Amino acid sequence: MRRFAATGLLLLFSFFAPLLAQSQTADSSTARIAQLEQRLADAQSSADNSWMLTSSALVLMMTGPGLALFYGGLVRKKNVLATMMQSFALMALITVLWAFFGYSLCFGEGSSFVGGLHHLFLHGVGLQPEPAYSPTIPQQTFMVYQLMFAIITPALISGAFAERMKFSAMVLFMVLWSILVYDPMAHMVWGKGGFLNASLGGQFPALDFAGGTVVHVTSGVSALVCALYLGKRLGYPREAMPPHSVVLSFIGACLLWVGWFGFNAGSALGSGPLATSAFVATHFGAAAAVVGWCGAEWLRNGKPSVLGGISGAVAGLVAITPAAGFVKPMPALLIGLLAGVFCYFMVAVVKARFGYDDSLDAFGVHGTGGTLGALLTGVFACSAVNPIFKDAQGNPLPSGLIEGNARQLLNQSIAVVIAWGLAIVGTLIILKLVDLTVGLRVSEDAEIQGLDLSQHGEEGYFWEVST
Amino acid sequence: MTKVEAIIQTSKLEAVKDALREIGIEGMTVLDARGHGRQKGHTEVYRGREYTVDLLPKIKLELVLADDMVERVVQAIANTARTGKIGDGKIFLSRIDEAIRIRNDDRGERAL
Repeated sequence: MRRFAATGLLLLFSFFAPLLAQSQTADSSTARIAQLEQRLADAQSSADNSWMLTSSALVLMMTGPGLALFYGGLVRKKNVLATMMQSFALMALITVLWAFFGYSLCFGEGSSFVGGLHHLFLHGVGLQPEPAYSPTIPQQTFMVYQLMFAIITPALISGAFAERMKFSAMVLFMVLWSILVYDPMAHMVWGKGGFLNASLGGQFPALDFAGGTVVHVTSGVSALVCALYLGKRLGYPREAMPPHSVVLSFIGACLLWVGWFGFNAGSALGSGPLATSAFVATHFGAAAAVVGWCGAEWLRNGKPSVLGGISGAVAGLVAITPAAGFVKPMPALLIGLLAGVFCYFMVAVVKARFGYDDSLDAFGVHGTGGTLGALLTGVFACSAVNPIFKDAQGNPLPSGLIEGNARQLLNQSIAVVIAWGLAIVGTLIILKLVDLTVGLRVSEDAEIQGLDLSQHGEEGYFWEVST
Repeated sequence: MTKVEAIIQTSKLEAVKDALREIGIEGMTVLDARGHGRQKGHTEVYRGREYTVDLLPKIKLELVLADDMVERVVQAIANTARTGKIGDGKIFLSRIDEAIRIRNDDRGERAL
């Protein structure tokens, strides 16, 4: 009887044992797969994050020393340090504002027009991704990348009021401008629920890959308002005020070109094929614009100038900024070529005809180039490059006019109009406020002496006097 | 003692210095200068804005000499610096009241 029971138990055990063994194997397979999936995600994250951190550094380099040198070389020797300081001070100032509330106002959840204060003092901005914006990189990477954009945008405006604005007034102006103009515009185009956001539920989805409207139109148009409000420099246009060092401007421009790869290709928020597309489009846009500007200048003046060449490059880079992650390489060349010719015309002909002193052509290059680029994005955007619009089943829909989406041009126009409007109204209010409190313009004596001495107590070069 | 001030084309400086060394002149002062007589300037264009640059780069040489050297020096400078075109420059002569060597307080022609 016992032997029978034992055999029975043995049989029972041998029946169930394989099953037990099998389910253990099944558990460990699932675990292995989950582990592998996690490691794959980590590898993806690693690749994306390394490009994004690099891009952030590149964009900061665009401000310092890129823009600082570009603008610095264009002014008279007595104002070189003050001009560079205008960019440099923003690297510090905007960072602090961004950390306190700037990031929140741009990218926090709020209304259609501006973000909320959920991320005050970067609350909730840790090392986990924010899936709505950038699912594969830490949110702090996204935050610091966007910060570099917030820094360079106001720095561009300084080109319009160069050589005559008080440093204290500029500081106050920039604090207010970044809050009243930049943060709402960035939120509308890139923030969750933004009015113009193409991927996160905007009422009028506008295509602005890296900031044609957010960065260039706002700063460029604000620049024009500043130039008109502050008035011309003493002696302009009778007195000769050629750039004191096209060499410095050249170096700055090349740094801008290289840095722009971070600006545009980094806006892919990852290191995949879209970044490649944006990189190529950016470079092609710059190159074609150089050809356009130099060609126009050669025909009109008989000689192509170096200053013209580098200005052309910047104009092309500006125009391709909203389009970079949406257009194919050949349209990128065309956009660049058109921008080179158009911006040359705006700077060399229109400015002289109307007589405003946009000293360093912030409006002529950024305001107009950005507007042109934003509109051309609506023409050339292609879903094969970036399927930004999808139907209910997830199939890509046409992006731009040539592909069959004529309505996009309307949305682009709305974004451009909003950018112009916000820039004009916001800047006027701020200028008035700053003028009433601090006073915008330096005294005549200070302007003649030069801002380096009058605002900063320094001289840029000590070459003539031996020590 | 006579002071010789010569304003010449920048491209002629080395040739003039060589010519002066050949006739035994060892001391001179060379300054960068800008100016024009009847020479026209040129236009430069920056972003569509034209600037007329009529203050042209020149070199100014200054020498103080014993009177018996002056004519030889003037000939050396003029013959070397001449191209025959407008813009060659000018030489001016003026009288010097006193010359002092700082190192040892030599005075007069001894200081030259």
